[in-house]
Amino acid sequence: MKRYSAWNVFRNGLSDQKKWDRVWRDPDPKKSYDVVIIGGGLHGLATAYYLAKNHGIKKVAVLEKGWLGGGNAGRNTTIVRSNYMMPDNRRFYEHSLKLWENLSHDLNFNVMFSQRSHVSLFHSPAARDAAARRYNTMRVMNSDGELWDLNRLKREVPHLNYGPDARFPILGAAVQPRAGTARHDAVAWGYARAADSYGVDILQNCEATGVTRAGNQVVSIETSRGLISTKKLGFAVAGNTSRLWRIAGLGRLPIESHKLQAFVSEPLKPLLDQVLAFGVGGAHFYISQSDKGGMVFGGDIDWYKSYAQRGNLPIVQDVAECAMSILPCLGRVRLLRHWAGIMDMSMDGSPFICKTPLSNLYLNAGWNYGGFKASPASGWFFADLIANDQPDPIIANYDLDRFSRGYNIDERGAGPDPKLHG
Amino acid sequence: MIRINCPFCGFRDHSEFTYGGDASIVFPDLDASSEAWIDAVFHRDNIDGVQRETWHHVHGCRMWVVVTRDTVTHEISAVEPAHQGIKLVLEAMTGLSSSDEDQQP
Ligand SMILES: Cc1cc2nc3c(=O)[nH]c(=O)nc-3n(C[C@H](O)[C@H](O)[C@H](O)COP(=O)(O)OP(=O)(O)OC[C@H]3O[C@@H](n4cnc5c(N)ncnc54)[C@H](O)[C@@H]3O)c2cc1C
Ligand SMILES: [Zn+2]
Repeated sequence: MKRYSAWNVFRNGLSDQKKWDRVWRDPDPKKSYDVVIIGGGLHGLATAYYLAKNHGIKKVAVLEKGWLGGGNAGRNTTIVRSNYMMPDNRRFYEHSLKLWENLSHDLNFNVMFSQRSHVSLFHSPAARDAAARRYNTMRVMNSDGELWDLNRLKREVPHLNYGPDARFPILGAAVQPRAGTARHDAVAWGYARAADSYGVDILQNCEATGVTRAGNQVVSIETSRGLISTKKLGFAVAGNTSRLWRIAGLGRLPIESHKLQAFVSEPLKPLLDQVLAFGVGGAHFYISQSDKGGMVFGGDIDWYKSYAQRGNLPIVQDVAECAMSILPCLGRVRLLRHWAGIMDMSMDGSPFICKTPLSNLYLNAGWNYGGFKASPASGWFFADLIANDQPDPIIANYDLDRFSRGYNIDERGAGPDPKLHG
Repeated sequence: MIRINCPFCGFRDHSEFTYGGDASIVFPDLDASSEAWIDAVFHRDNIDGVQRETWHHVHGCRMWVVVTRDTVTHEISAVEPAHQGIKLVLEAMTGLSSSDEDQQP
């Protein structure tokens, strides 16, 4: 792999930037691997990278049925934060945020991680108290959190609807300054390039269609590019997890597939410096501005279970109403694109990185709509689990059996109904 | 927009309804084993294809209905009252089984 550096950009400039290598190879599948990961999204690619880098396991393949980053990896609104409350999630997402802070250097690829603050509005004294509790919890665990009063908020984010006609008058905001956004495609490409440089085979257009077992062990995987045998197998297919679980003959999971939409507007001059979140009285809305100037935003899932990667109109209206109530200056801005991805919504809103009923199969799933920020830590701990065949204490409760232990990691306190988690 | 043919109100936009969930769930007896309860409460088939699911016509007649819908195409093939007794009365009144009248207009 040719390293990216100012010097190399200059040197290649002498040959019109035409002599760069391919960013990653396009190999044919080998007959067998030490580890095969199904799913070429962020979690699968990060897992392959950390398997090679942290554990020296390099005979690894990542199978992707479409193209790299064509799933939720390339469809999300790119919010990264670690302001979680439940102890398991606090530790996990803080570890992830720390990995984000050095990711561009680690991968030698600019993932455009921008720690521009996550600003979560509150609209009542009770909500302010809840926010204060959450942010105190974070500070006790050595993360960062601030409460902004109305004066500070007006200074930092001047364009919000502070008027007396606001349906939900704004009182202030809970803020995580180290939170922000990153460029999702760059994260997929950066992990792919770095994994490839260790010898990992990234196999695109390679769909897993069957899992051959001998008793409770996986022997090989049937794919659209032939039979591939492997010593260990990992699933990291987000919204398609239940499909693959059935293919492997394993029955039911505490997961439902729902779809989430996202929207981007035409490019505007700089308007919003932070990530803004608005959630009150049934409204749910988050927005940031991309480096190209587009307003990137989203809201709730589509409410009914779905495997269709296209969104419905009532949510378009809901989201537009939220936008208008909080940032009325967007009223005449045109939408450029909107799309949807299939989310692996879990029964308590928290993920699974765990062993399975098959001795050499490992599961990574249940990311709800929070899996972008999780990608580095998810790959880190999934690689560790696969390499050592036992979970790090930080992910010990991200197992499929937690419900039978009566242990739910339910940030929202919403109960066992996947559509209610976020 | 999905259009749901409510057996009581006729064709309505799905935005008049709220989605309940998987209608295939059968809760076990109260004294059943905790494994049976954990399975019913937490585990789902999560079908990619035709499934039966509950919807509540909350901005209409407020009745619960069972919808048979393809989760990939969103095509609906049947809508019937969730309550078995009401379903039987309705069928006796109209001489139809509710799943016969599934054609979208
Ligand atoms: C609209 C939207 C907004 C979001 N916003 C945020 C956000 O702001 N912040 C945040 O933290 N998270 C967000 N998320 C969630 C985040 O994007 C996902 O949780 C995360 O990307 C999932 O992990 P992944 O990247 O590995 O999944 P994916 O990119 O979906 O990867 C799974 C891959 O598996 C492949 N695959 C499936 N079946 C097979 C098979 N049989 N064989 C081979 N390959 C297969 C798929 O093609 C896919 O590429 C959002 C998601 C969406 C859809
Ligand atoms: Zn009705």
